[in-house]
Amino acid sequence: MTNKNKNWKEIAPAGVCSKSSLDFLTGDWKTYTPVRDPEKCTRCVICALFCPDGAINWYPEKNDIEINQDFCKGCGICANECPTNAIVMKIEQESK
Amino acid sequence: MTTQEWKFTAKEIAEKPDLFLAGHRACAGCGPATVLRLIMKATRGPTIVTEATGCMEVVSSIYPYTSWAVPWLHTAFETAASNASGIEAALKIMRKKRRISQEHVDVIAFAGDGGTFDIGFQALSGAVERGHDFLFVLYDNEAYMNTGIQRSGGTPHGAATTTSPAGTVIPGKLEYKKPIADIMVAHGMPYVATASPYYWKDLMTKARKGLEVEGPAFLHVFAPCPRGWRSNPTKSIEYSKLAVESCIFPVWESVNGHCKLSTPSRLVALAPQKKKPVADYLKGQGRFRHLFKPKSKQLLEEIQHITDERWKCLLKKCGESKTSV
Amino acid sequence: MQKTVKQKMMALAGDQAVAYAVKQSDVDVVAAYPITPQTIIVEKFSEYVANGEVETEFVCVESEHSAMTASLAASVTGARTFTATASAGLALMHEMLFVTSGCRAPVVMAIANRALSAPLNIHGDHSDSMAQRDSGWIQLYAENAQEAYDSIIQAFRIGENLNVLLPVMVGLDGFTLSHTLENVEVLPDETVKEFVGVRKFPDVLTHNGKTAPFRLDPANPMTMGPIALQNYYFEFKRQQEEAMEHAVNVIQQVNSEYAKISGRSYGNGLIENYRLEDAEVAAVCLGSTAGTMKTVVDGLRQNGVKAGLLRLRTFRPLPVEEIRSAVANVKALAVMDKCISFGGNGGPVFNAFRHLLYEEANHPHIVNYIYGLGGRDTSPSDLRSIYETLQELLQTGHVEKPIRYLGLRS
Repeated sequence: MTNKNKNWKEIAPAGVCSKSSLDFLTGDWKTYTPVRDPEKCTRCVICALFCPDGAINWYPEKNDIEINQDFCKGCGICANECPTNAIVMKIEQESK
Repeated sequence: MTTQEWKFTAKEIAEKPDLFLAGHRACAGCGPATVLRLIMKATRGPTIVTEATGCMEVVSSIYPYTSWAVPWLHTAFETAASNASGIEAALKIMRKKRRISQEHVDVIAFAGDGGTFDIGFQALSGAVERGHDFLFVLYDNEAYMNTGIQRSGGTPHGAATTTSPAGTVIPGKLEYKKPIADIMVAHGMPYVATASPYYWKDLMTKARKGLEVEGPAFLHVFAPCPRGWRSNPTKSIEYSKLAVESCIFPVWESVNGHCKLSTPSRLVALAPQKKKPVADYLKGQGRFRHLFKPKSKQLLEEIQHITDERWKCLLKKCGESKTSV
Repeated sequence: MQKTVKQKMMALAGDQAVAYAVKQSDVDVVAAYPITPQTIIVEKFSEYVANGEVETEFVCVESEHSAMTASLAASVTGARTFTATASAGLALMHEMLFVTSGCRAPVVMAIANRALSAPLNIHGDHSDSMAQRDSGWIQLYAENAQEAYDSIIQAFRIGENLNVLLPVMVGLDGFTLSHTLENVEVLPDETVKEFVGVRKFPDVLTHNGKTAPFRLDPANPMTMGPIALQNYYFEFKRQQEEAMEHAVNVIQQVNSEYAKISGRSYGNGLIENYRLEDAEVAAVCLGSTAGTMKTVVDGLRQNGVKAGLLRLRTFRPLPVEEIRSAVANVKALAVMDKCISFGGNGGPVFNAFRHLLYEEANHPHIVNYIYGLGGRDTSPSDLRSIYETLQELLQTGHVEKPIRYLGLRS
C-alpha cells in the first residue's frame, strides 16, 4: 500500500501526523494465525485484554469476540493465555 | 486520594475503544504494547500523553501514521517528565486565564528503561520534587530495546545484553537492577506502585489511582520483550505472571510512603509454598541461557539469594514479615 | 495611526529590563534555571510572581535542558512561554533548541551572552549564541538595555506570527549590558499587552481528517514530534527554512509597528546603518560594542575620515539583501567577531559577510577581527586601530593577514 508522498508545502508543520495507524494493516506480518473453537470459548475476553495489538474485540451486540485479522500479528499470546485452550495457532495458509 | 474504587469488568474494558490504536509497528508479542493499551483504557479523560524516545514512541508515530487517539507529544529521550512539567504548567495557567474549557486534563508520561532509570532520571526526579500533577509510567523491558538491546540501569543481574554480553570471562551484566520504585518512594511522592500486565485488573486500578492522585504518581510496570529477552512471543504475558510468582518482580503500592503488598504478591506471601523458584522464570529466556551452564551454578544461586533477600525486605516494609519466605 | 504613548523612565540594568518586558507581555509560563549573568532575570521575575504582579506559572526546573523542554512543551500546549540562559546553560540546551524549532514552538529566550568553558569564564562574549546559529532560532542582538527591553516585547510578535512560528533568542552582552544600569524608557502595561496580543494558532490537518488549531488539546487530538524517516524528514526542514525567509519581512514589520508606539526603531529591525551611506571604511559588529564604535566613528569623521558602522541586529535570518545594499559603496570592511570558530578560517560573522558579498561586482576588502573573548575589554583606541588598518588596506589594496585578534597579548 504505497501512497504518493506529499511535498513540503502540502504537509502540516512540526510533523503533525495526518493518518491514523488504523490505515496501516499489520495483519500480513503473521506466520501463525489464531483459530478459535467457539464451543470451547467461554467469552471471558482475556484474549481481548492481552492482545498487544488490540486485534481482538468484544462486541456485546453479537455477544462474542472477533479477531481482526487485519491487525493480528500472530504472536500467540491469546492462545497461550486462553484458560480453556479454545485458541490454537496454525500456520497461515497462502490462500491468495 | 479518592476512596471511590473504580469498578469495571473484563467485558467493559474489552468493549471500550482503544486509545492506543492498532496498526502500530511493535513486534508480535510485545509486552509494552499490551501495557500501554491497558493503561490507556484505564484513563478517565480528557488526557494528554507525552512520551520519551523508545520502542513505544517509535512504533506508534512513524510519520504520517499515528497510533494515538489523544493529544501526544514527543520531544527527546530524556524528556518525558520535563515535557509533562511544561504541559501541566501550561494547562494550569491557561485554565486560570480561562483560555481552555476543560476543568481538568490528565497528563501521562510514558517512558522505557532509558527514559526513566538513566538518561531520563534527572527530569523525573525534578518533576516529582516540584510536585507536578501527572502520572509517570515506566514500561520496563529491562534494557534499551529500541536501539538494539543494550543494558540499562534496569537490566537485572546476570542478564545478557548487547553491551553486557555473556562472554567467556564476564557472564552478562554484573551490576544490579536499580530499585527505581524505592527511589521514587524516597522522593516522598503521593503514589508509587508496581504492576505486571498478567494482573491486568491490578494494573488498571493502579493506573487510575495514579491519575486521580493530586500531584505526581509513578507506576513501574513489568513489560516482557520477546525480541530482547530471546523468549517466545506467545509467552510474554506468562512471563509477567512468573515474575510475580517467583518474586522477581513483586507488585505493591505506596500511598504517601505507606507500603502495601498487592493481592498477587500477597498470595505468594501468604502461601510461600507456592512461591516459584527463579529458575522457572529464567529458563526459556535466551538472555539468561548462560546461567544454566554448569559453570554458572553459583550465579544462578546468587540470583535466587538476592531475590529472596529483596523479597524479605519488601515483606518487612509492607508489614507482612510474619509470613515466612 | 497611533501616536507614541507616554512612557516612563526607569533605571534598569539589562537583566531587569528583560524581566520587566516579560512581566508586561502576558507570558503564561516561564521555565528557567539560573546561570550567571542571567540570574537577575529569573530572580526579578520570581519577585513579580511572589508579589502576585504577574499571572504566570513559574517553573524552577532542575537544569537548562529541562528549562527548554518544559518551555517547548508548554508552548505547544498553547501557552506563551519565556526562558533565559547563558553560556553553558545554552550549550546544555543544544539538543532541545533544534527540537523547539522543529516543533515550531515560538518560545522567546533571553541570552545574557557569555563565554563557553573551558576554562570557565563568566564574562561576556558571543560564543554561546553563535554556537547555536544552525538551530533554527531567530537570533537578535541588543546594543543596550533599552533595546533588550524592546526586543523581548517584539520577539513574541515575531515568533508567534503565523508565517513564522519559530523560537526567538535575544542576546544582551553579559555583565556589560546585563548588569549595567541604564535609563530605560518603558511603555505602559496596557500598551505592551495590546501590542503582544493574544496568541493565535494556525489550523493544521490532523489524523482525524479535520483541521484544528495547532496545539495539544483533548478536544482535537493531534500527534506532535513523530519519527519522520528518510521519506519525510527533509521536507520538514525545508518548511523551517521557509519560515526563516518569512521572518526577514516580519522582523521589519514588527520593528516599524513598534516604532509607531514607542518612537524607537532599530535600523529596519535587521541592520542599523551608522554613517554608512558615504563611508569608505566601515566596521560590522553586534551588540554593545556598537555603542563604543559609534563614538569612535564620530571622532574619525571629525578628522575627515569617511568612517561608518553596520550594526547587525539580526544574525538569523541573515539579512542578505539589506547587507549588500548597506555596504555597496564601502571599500574596506572590518567584520568583528566576539567569538571564535576554531579551524573555521575566521569567525562566523566574517564568514557570513565574505560569502554573501562574494558575487557582488564591487565587493570591499574584508578583514576579520576576533575580539573581546571571555569579557576582554575593548577600548576606543583598540577600535580606532581597526579603522587605521582599514585605511592602510585602502592604500595598499592588500592585506597580509585577513584574520586578526584585537586585544590579545602575543
